[in-house]
Amino acid sequence: MNKESNLILSVRNLDVAVKNRKLINDLSFDIFSQTLTCVTGENGVGKTTLIKTILKHFNKNEHVQAKIKRSDMQYIPQLRNIDDDYPLTVSDFIGLGLQHSILPWLSKKEKQSVQKVIEMTKLQDLANTPLGSCSGGEQQRVYLAQALVSKPKLLILDESTASLDKEAKFMLLDVVKNVIAETGAAVLFITHDPVLVQQYGDYDLNIANQTATITTVKEDQ
Amino acid sequence: MLEMLSYPFMQYAFVASFFISILCGLMGVFVVARKTAFFTHTLSEISFSGASFGVFLGANPILGMLLFTVLSSLMIGTVGSRVSRRESSISVFSVFFIGLGILFLSLADTQSSYATNILFGSIVGISYSNVQTLVGLSVAIIVITTLIYRKLKYNSFDNVGASFNSRANTLVSVIFLILLACTVSVTAQIVGSLLIFALLTIPASSARYFVHSIWSMTILTFIFSLIGTWFGLYLSFVTNLPVSFFIATIETIIYIIAVIYDKVTRI
Repeated sequence: MNKESNLILSVRNLDVAVKNRKLINDLSFDIFSQTLTCVTGENGVGKTTLIKTILKHFNKNEHVQAKIKRSDMQYIPQLRNIDDDYPLTVSDFIGLGLQHSILPWLSKKEKQSVQKVIEMTKLQDLANTPLGSCSGGEQQRVYLAQALVSKPKLLILDESTASLDKEAKFMLLDVVKNVIAETGAAVLFITHDPVLVQQYGDYDLNIANQTATITTVKEDQ
Repeated sequence: MLEMLSYPFMQYAFVASFFISILCGLMGVFVVARKTAFFTHTLSEISFSGASFGVFLGANPILGMLLFTVLSSLMIGTVGSRVSRRESSISVFSVFFIGLGILFLSLADTQSSYATNILFGSIVGISYSNVQTLVGLSVAIIVITTLIYRKLKYNSFDNVGASFNSRANTLVSVIFLILLACTVSVTAQIVGSLLIFALLTIPASSARYFVHSIWSMTILTFIFSLIGTWFGLYLSFVTNLPVSFFIATIETIIYIIAVIYDKVTRI
């Protein structure tokens, strides 16, 4: 595999801090397309802060250099305040992610992309259900679908499996794996779950004691 | 029925209600999605205060209304969107602006009937030029929301997601709040600042229980507002009781039906 041409994001000597409290020192790592990199570590080591720091510095200085535009990257946040009477249907919620055009309605092509990601994320039966009535696992797949509809080259999932049961976790990660194979996107996945890292991860970026080490989970196939 | 429509003031009232309903359909859906119903309420109190400031200066009340509401929207849209959602700051704002309004009215030395006029409006006292202003405002709001529609819907219906994955969120919020300020100011003159709050929030809150896309919610909100205002006008004409009472009651009944419908269909 030619690594240079697959480089999506490279982080160099980045310091991560929150309100002057240093969390991670001198961090460097690369992200390649078609790989799944897990970001692991205890609560409070700064996993989410790391991602937010990357978003903030994205292509603005030498610390975070990306080969892609900011709009080619999608971040799926850990928490979204969706009430149980949230009215929009699953397919309308997914359509919100289409931001490349300013037409007030969706073009035929855009409707097809929505349909395609609904199939990829196995949401066919729920397309016309209000998002508020979906289960936690279904909602996470909807968020994933919304991120995918803009065809991102880098996808960041922040603890997307944290509140899911075992079955829903594996289902979500199976979908993510398929997406990587089909679209060639790179995925950064923040997680606590060692089982998921072992089963799905290509690389493990572990943060502990203010330093981060990146290891290969299994050999490239 | 036909006799009622032969009076020019009733014709104006029906036409004005039609355009107010369009505005409520467009803006109300986003007001409810953004959970800014109470800010809208505060905005109508701010518009009362602005109107009395206009009266105090001896100028057109609508200028004072626009000045006050647009300025406070700018302030809240740029610096204080989080602060403005806190319950306590909303109460403080309401109280302060009502107080200011009372002060200006007393300084202006007008009769207290003017205050009730601003607060409750007089939908049957609409002039031809009021209707023209309303039509102009409706067209402007339709054009501007069309231009920012995609960003506005992302920002309103998935605030958290948009804050990471969409650009110009603050600008979109500020534009929306200014449009809302204009809507409140212009329509408050006709239906009163108390009632415009009801029309901007209740029909849209009811519609979301029946339909589940932004377009259909907008259209249903428009229909609910139109039912409320047109029936309200008719009943008021027949009974000689205030329009505001009928509109508020009809909208409340629609909301109660919506909640019951939701409960029943969820089982």
